[in-house]
Amino acid sequence: MVDKNQLRIATRNTGFIDPESVESYIAVGGYQALGKCLAEMKPADVIDLMKNSGLRGRGGAGFPTGVKWGFAAKYASDTKYVVCNADEGDPGAFMDRAVLEGDPHNVLEAMAIGGYAIGGNKGTIYIRAEYPLAIARLKLAIQQAKDMGLLGDNIMGTDFSFDIELKYGAGAFVCGEETALIASMEGNRGEPYTKPPFPAEAGYWDKPTIVNNVETLANIPAIIMKGADWFSGIGTETSKGTKVFCICGKINNVGLIEVPMGTSLKTVIYDVGGGIPDGKEFKAVQTGGPSGGALTYKDLDAPIDYENLVARQSMMGSGGMIVMDEDDCMVAVAKFFLDFTMDETCGKCTPCRIGSKRIYEILDKITIGQGTEADLEKLRSLSHNIKDTALCGLGQTMPNPVLSTMRVFEDEYRAHVIDKKCPAGVCADLLEFTVVEEKCVGCTLCARVCPVNCISGKPKEVHVIDQAACIKCGACLDKCKFDAIIKQ
Amino acid sequence: MAKIKSLAELQKKRDELQAVAAKTKNEKVIVNVSLATCGIASGGKEVMEAMKQEAAALGINNVEFTMSGCMTYCFAEPTVEITLPGKEPVVFGYIKGDKAKELVSKYIKSGELVDGVIPASYERIVF
Amino acid sequence: MSNCQEKQKCESQQGFPETLFRELDAFIETLPTKEGHLITVLHKAQSLFGYLPEEIQQYVADALNLPVVQVYGVISFYTFFTQIPKGKNPIAVCMGTACFVKGANKVVDALKQQLQVEIGEVTPDGVFSIDCLRCVGACALAPVVMVGEKVYANVTADQVKDIIADFS
Repeated sequence: MVDKNQLRIATRNTGFIDPESVESYIAVGGYQALGKCLAEMKPADVIDLMKNSGLRGRGGAGFPTGVKWGFAAKYASDTKYVVCNADEGDPGAFMDRAVLEGDPHNVLEAMAIGGYAIGGNKGTIYIRAEYPLAIARLKLAIQQAKDMGLLGDNIMGTDFSFDIELKYGAGAFVCGEETALIASMEGNRGEPYTKPPFPAEAGYWDKPTIVNNVETLANIPAIIMKGADWFSGIGTETSKGTKVFCICGKINNVGLIEVPMGTSLKTVIYDVGGGIPDGKEFKAVQTGGPSGGALTYKDLDAPIDYENLVARQSMMGSGGMIVMDEDDCMVAVAKFFLDFTMDETCGKCTPCRIGSKRIYEILDKITIGQGTEADLEKLRSLSHNIKDTALCGLGQTMPNPVLSTMRVFEDEYRAHVIDKKCPAGVCADLLEFTVVEEKCVGCTLCARVCPVNCISGKPKEVHVIDQAACIKCGACLDKCKFDAIIKQ
Repeated sequence: MAKIKSLAELQKKRDELQAVAAKTKNEKVIVNVSLATCGIASGGKEVMEAMKQEAAALGINNVEFTMSGCMTYCFAEPTVEITLPGKEPVVFGYIKGDKAKELVSKYIKSGELVDGVIPASYERIVF
Repeated sequence: MSNCQEKQKCESQQGFPETLFRELDAFIETLPTKEGHLITVLHKAQSLFGYLPEEIQQYVADALNLPVVQVYGVISFYTFFTQIPKGKNPIAVCMGTACFVKGANKVVDALKQQLQVEIGEVTPDGVFSIDCLRCVGACALAPVVMVGEKVYANVTADQVKDIIADFS
């Protein structure tokens, strides 16, 4: 008997039903929640139920969904919008794609419920253009639902109407931020603007707008059907329900998982994820993508919820979980993320535009062996400055990968700047490949694979690597059958 | 398609569809292939085609093929879920090459299990 | 071109066929409003022309009554839009985090070495171009390389030669 560590609410139908058949969705209770809201509940009741359930936004920041809906309901307007944020830009996360491809009607139903609750009848799904299959299945689902009277005019014979259109993103990470997303939906550069006014008051075309993430929406029909008490009975004090994660990287069972909030990292990595391949040592897991941080062996017993992750300089984010083992260098990983944010900053505010560049430069200096101890201090103070002053969520969280890795792996940073060594053996400029004399049999294989011909030696004699010419590509190490080449 | 005009009609429709599904489950072998982006990239469509051909070649005609989205076992793509009549569904992973045919000639034909069974490690919400 | 009203619209500097411009016009006609649909139109234009050079930017700006600087601003903001043509077989290496930790860097280096071009460039014969993508959401298959629509999973530097051979 396998332990059932997972609880599938948001992903309850993905992998079970045919996403291209509305009947398949109806057979598992689809559109019942919308029907129940329209027939038996007032909009205010729906909002109260959402508030009581404790559902918080799954896109990253964790704002209570019911409260957001409540704000939008308060403002009078002829038009209000429900926007589904499906611009999954976090590299290493694909839970939204999985839900949209596997259970598109679930998201449509939830959007219509949101529309009913706030008094709006227009929905827009902002989706990445890079997800052609999800787009095709959504289009089909919208058409099917309209044909059956489950979307469109007078849904299920009531006077509530709700229509959904698709808008395509064009590859900009910052558009996951709701104000940038709205700017992009209006056809402009995706630059965030200062809140207030919040989108709930003046969002898409200045109308009251709620922006909810795909996973958040995917929970809603289940909450309506099973009740607020059921949902709030799952999870921790402050974080209710479950969270979908994509675990990938150095892990055996790469895939999508959904676990109750409060599950420990250890359970996720070892029980659900099946541990680390090739007998390697677990080193860290990056949660929250480029805005998040690294959790390490010290955090294995920590229950995963919004607050616990923030306390560790990470964040829930959308749910990417990249597992790293002993062969990964934390400075190089931080540099990778800063390279990403440096590229993705929209450039509107100075701390983010210039700050990301400066952090990246310092990290780059460290990885090529030119860093100093003063640089570490500079990194820390610069990171805190950016956190305090950037305009939007992207900028405010951008230093997280640096701060969280420095928190636990300061030794590794120091090894780079003081000893000029990369303990994980990743940073090429700090490595040296050498031949172990006792082990080399002179098979000449290394000399033959070396792309720059820097290995010399006669057959059956010990070979030598010319350090000045070596480009540290590691080809010789990979090819040597006698473990006679080491890098350090 | 007739429009649904009330919650009661929707519930009736659900009950009808569930009855049909239950009947199918008792009488037919259901093969569900995971066809999300990853499943397709790993060759899920080819697996479905190979299984259809093998079933036809062996004269097995009580098989209903369906597709679904991500089964969440990305590490084991392509994945196929097979439900024999009146039995619990079993998920098979790593369906490469001749494995697709083997599923038909062994498990579907005679109930003989083949390698690659993935145990379900979750509880799923239904209502 | 007898039914063409504005001569400049008919004669493409880059030699784009006129039918593509007509198709774009027809698409714009189907939009409920012109306002707010710049990105939608650019998606369509890129799918028709393959890329968005100055000529197309000007055309879109005129069609939507926008200053061309706004069109350029949007194109240069989003990574999906490109102002230079891609190769016949555009190669895209996923550089998402999962692919990164699984060695996508080495795959990129191997590609650059084999094709003798840099990222964002096209081979002189126009057959291949190399680009890095942020994440294609197929992290379980990391590292992922896409050539056109075809997806290669779990790619190693050694396999690069074979992938290129598939299209040569």
